[in-house]
Amino acid sequence: MDDPLVIAGREFGSRLVMGTGGAANLSVLERALVASGTELTTVAMRRLDTSGGGVLDLLARLGIAALPNTAGCRTAAEAVLTARLAREALETNWVKLEVVADDQTLLPDPVELLDAAEKLVDDGFVVLPYTSDDPVLALRLEQVGCAAVMPLGSPIGTGLGIRNPHNIELIVSRASVPVVLDAGVGTASDAALAMELGCSAVLLATAVTRAQDPERMAAAMRAGVEAGRLARLAGRIPKRFWAHASSPAMR
Amino acid sequence: MKAKVNGLERELADGSTVATVLALLDAPPSGVAVALDGEVVPRAAWGTTFVPDGSAVEVLTAVQGG
Repeated sequence: MDDPLVIAGREFGSRLVMGTGGAANLSVLERALVASGTELTTVAMRRLDTSGGGVLDLLARLGIAALPNTAGCRTAAEAVLTARLAREALETNWVKLEVVADDQTLLPDPVELLDAAEKLVDDGFVVLPYTSDDPVLALRLEQVGCAAVMPLGSPIGTGLGIRNPHNIELIVSRASVPVVLDAGVGTASDAALAMELGCSAVLLATAVTRAQDPERMAAAMRAGVEAGRLARLAGRIPKRFWAHASSPAMR
Repeated sequence: MKAKVNGLERELADGSTVATVLALLDAPPSGVAVALDGEVVPRAAWGTTFVPDGSAVEVLTAVQGG
């Protein structure tokens, strides 16, 4: 079935966007990325240190598009500079915009986020903001020109799943850009639920990279996203209070 | 003259450019970006942009994360 994810006019065959953080090493990451079937994967920007690196070469070799992020930025000014450096280094104007408020929650700072989003859109970026599950903020981000909105299911790295499914449904119901569930996914059923709620894609890292078997969990996430998408398109039955026989009556 | 390169004070020859600093760091030819005192220096200007005394140079690349 041909059902591509479309963001800013660009088509992706996979609705699973991967992160690269938390993998024990590049070969574990490689196996997980291949098993996930992803076509778009985020990377962070950090000071050059000859010991690290190699992740860009890996993505290029696997034919996966690199999506730079602004992880670690606390202010709009920091995020804008990081995005501009990423554009220069990676030769892409796409950015996963992340502006977090503090280390304990890693929750998005809504004021700085909206400010940075507006500046980056004005500067010609395709902006994919990591946001809270606030339907009002999601709409504001869309109005300033973001190419997608990426609400959290729960805080980064917690694996707590989707804590407020109704908010995700509210965001989906009013969005005219793709909604990508970003952060909080713990296992495959969380990814499936995100898609059943109407999200266009799921972005996750920790749930795979820190699983006991990252490669197998990546395959599970791929199947979960596909199952949830199919169920959404198929249209689920309404929930009922009383039983409803599925066999004909005896007489 | 001195400049702070990725947070470390470095002694640089007079007339050093951004390209000089990158060579000093053994930076790869692609996948890096440079900010000089908080402003991005485009790749095409690396060879002609002088690093002033006391300035801060940040050299970034993509790593696993996020």
